[in-house]
Amino acid sequence: MPWLDAWRAPVRLLVCGVLWLLGAAGAGAAPFQDDMAQRTLACIACHGEQGRAGPDGYYPRLAGKPAGYLYHQLINFRDGRRHYGLMTRMVDVLNDDYLMEIARHFAGLQAPYPPPAPPASPPPADVLARGRTLAQQGDAGRRLPACAQCHGQRLTGALPDVPGLLGLPQDYLMAQLGGWRTGQRRAHAPDCMASVVQRLSDRDAYAVVSWLALQPVPADASPAPERPARRADTIDLACGAPLTPRGRP
Amino acid sequence: MTVLRRALLALAVLTLVGAAALWHLNFNDGVDVSASAPPGTDAATVQRGAYLARVGNCLACHTARGGVAAAGGRAIATPFGTVYTSNLTPDADTGIGHWSAAAFWRALHHGRSADGRLLNPVFPYTHTTLLTRADSDALFAYFSSLPPQRQHVAAHELRWPYGTQAALAVWRALYFRPGGLAADAAASDSVKRGAYLVQGVAHCSACHARRDALGGADWRDLSGGPIPGLGWYAPSLVAPHEAGVGDWPDAEIARLLQSGASRLGVASGPMAEVVFQGTQYLTAADLADVAAYLKALPPHDAPRTALPAPPARTRLATAGEKLYGQKCAACHGEQGEGVPGAYPPLAGNRAVTLSHTQNLLQVMLHGGFGPATATRPRPFGMPPFILELNDAEIASVLSHIRTAWGNRAPEVSPLDVLQMRQASSTGLR
Repeated sequence: MPWLDAWRAPVRLLVCGVLWLLGAAGAGAAPFQDDMAQRTLACIACHGEQGRAGPDGYYPRLAGKPAGYLYHQLINFRDGRRHYGLMTRMVDVLNDDYLMEIARHFAGLQAPYPPPAPPASPPPADVLARGRTLAQQGDAGRRLPACAQCHGQRLTGALPDVPGLLGLPQDYLMAQLGGWRTGQRRAHAPDCMASVVQRLSDRDAYAVVSWLALQPVPADASPAPERPARRADTIDLACGAPLTPRGRP
Repeated sequence: MTVLRRALLALAVLTLVGAAALWHLNFNDGVDVSASAPPGTDAATVQRGAYLARVGNCLACHTARGGVAAAGGRAIATPFGTVYTSNLTPDADTGIGHWSAAAFWRALHHGRSADGRLLNPVFPYTHTTLLTRADSDALFAYFSSLPPQRQHVAAHELRWPYGTQAALAVWRALYFRPGGLAADAAASDSVKRGAYLVQGVAHCSACHARRDALGGADWRDLSGGPIPGLGWYAPSLVAPHEAGVGDWPDAEIARLLQSGASRLGVASGPMAEVVFQGTQYLTAADLADVAAYLKALPPHDAPRTALPAPPARTRLATAGEKLYGQKCAACHGEQGEGVPGAYPPLAGNRAVTLSHTQNLLQVMLHGGFGPATATRPRPFGMPPFILELNDAEIASVLSHIRTAWGNRAPEVSPLDVLQMRQASSTGLR
């Protein structure tokens, strides 16, 4: 019945028009909003919302990391305990309060992790087994605590200031261990991570990084509420931290 | 007496007279540094010293990155080598613990250390010589009140002969006269106080004057110049097309120095650091006096080194228009109008059309935040583009913004971008 179909053409046109308008609006830039996401557009230019590779190395993910950890790193870049000129220039004229606010902003973001990228040449099974042991049990003979002792049983970090170790590229992890060994990367004294890395052999560093980089991130990647209780057979670690503005995060 | 003997005698006499003149100019200041009362300890004096140290930005140089405040050790790169700043805490061995107030005054006023050595003019005694004795004593009281920090500072690494006492004596004879502020009877008290703050305490012309090949300048000059060793240009504070504020409302000058951003311009690079560490702490009265002095400066239309804008935009700038739309317009606006209070406009912005392009290149390559200040505690940020765009792309975007929306400035070439990239490559490590 043609008269029943007569309305279709103008409605089609109308629907197309509305979709076109919606599409045009969606394709445009997000309107200005006076919020932290707007303020930190400078950060996600390199780090993305989840962290992604850049042409001169890896920019680690920021979303969902413990606020205390992010705050410490911002302070460390500003005060010369970590070294990356571009990052230092970013935070040079920002004060502790604002750096804490930036840290809390990214700590509060939840973004799904992509599955780990398969390595170009898969590490041998014995290397991965050694890596798994180091991460989960440590090596009392070499006075190496397990990663899990501080970074959480699920290795997703622990509040307030221990970062997760999953979902990070192998190159980034290796570069951080190297940085700690050479003193390029430091934390507040006593620098517990530095003392662990000093005892880590090249083979063990490769093993643990290889294993960590292959682990999928659990659906709930939130950090543990606190550091796990110390096991009786592992060494004690004291870690320093800067004073935080207005109490702990 | 032969001619040769006469000539030799004349030469000897001239040398002696020259040496005596140099000695007189440099060492005959007559300050007795041994006789002195202990530093003032009353709260008001210490507080006054703390204020002067803050707005004079002493600690920016006299503190190493992440180090103990005022304990020195920061490396200052100069065209003549590296200078390490001294420890101003009252440690007896490595700081100023054994100094007297008179010795401190002699350092500020005459540029000589407690042991009589001539100081390197990286320490701006060319400016602090204008400080009053009372302000010098207040500063000494403040530094003496800090916890002593034992910290040896590395020796300067200056190429011969720049670090020698003889070279310093000659330099000082050429560029330094101890003294107070030149009295300008016609000036109001506010302008006089502003001059004292700008020329003396805040030593603005340490950057905003053009230095010659020996690092000297006319220290009352504020007509702008490249900042040695930093790759930034300190714009003229008297030229209307650079950073002159003769036609600014007083409140906007104060707003810029206090918050880091005004409606008419923002502080970036080294000036952001000056605002962050120094000028944001100026009292309202002192801000008003600084504004009054800057506005009273005779406008100085420095010859424009910029060429007249080309009649038609080249392909470089046209290509930049598309990139601008993708990378910049979301914050700076389709028409370069910016967002008030957040992102500066680019249309009609003097920082964009400045004939010296190094600041523009620095901001585009490295991005950065405005200073976090008490009146503007949550500044917005600009992303770095050094990793995202290549030299030709950056040149085309900058050429576009320098020639669009009524801006008429010469384009930027990819070579300019490459040079800045290489000059700042060490900063990426």
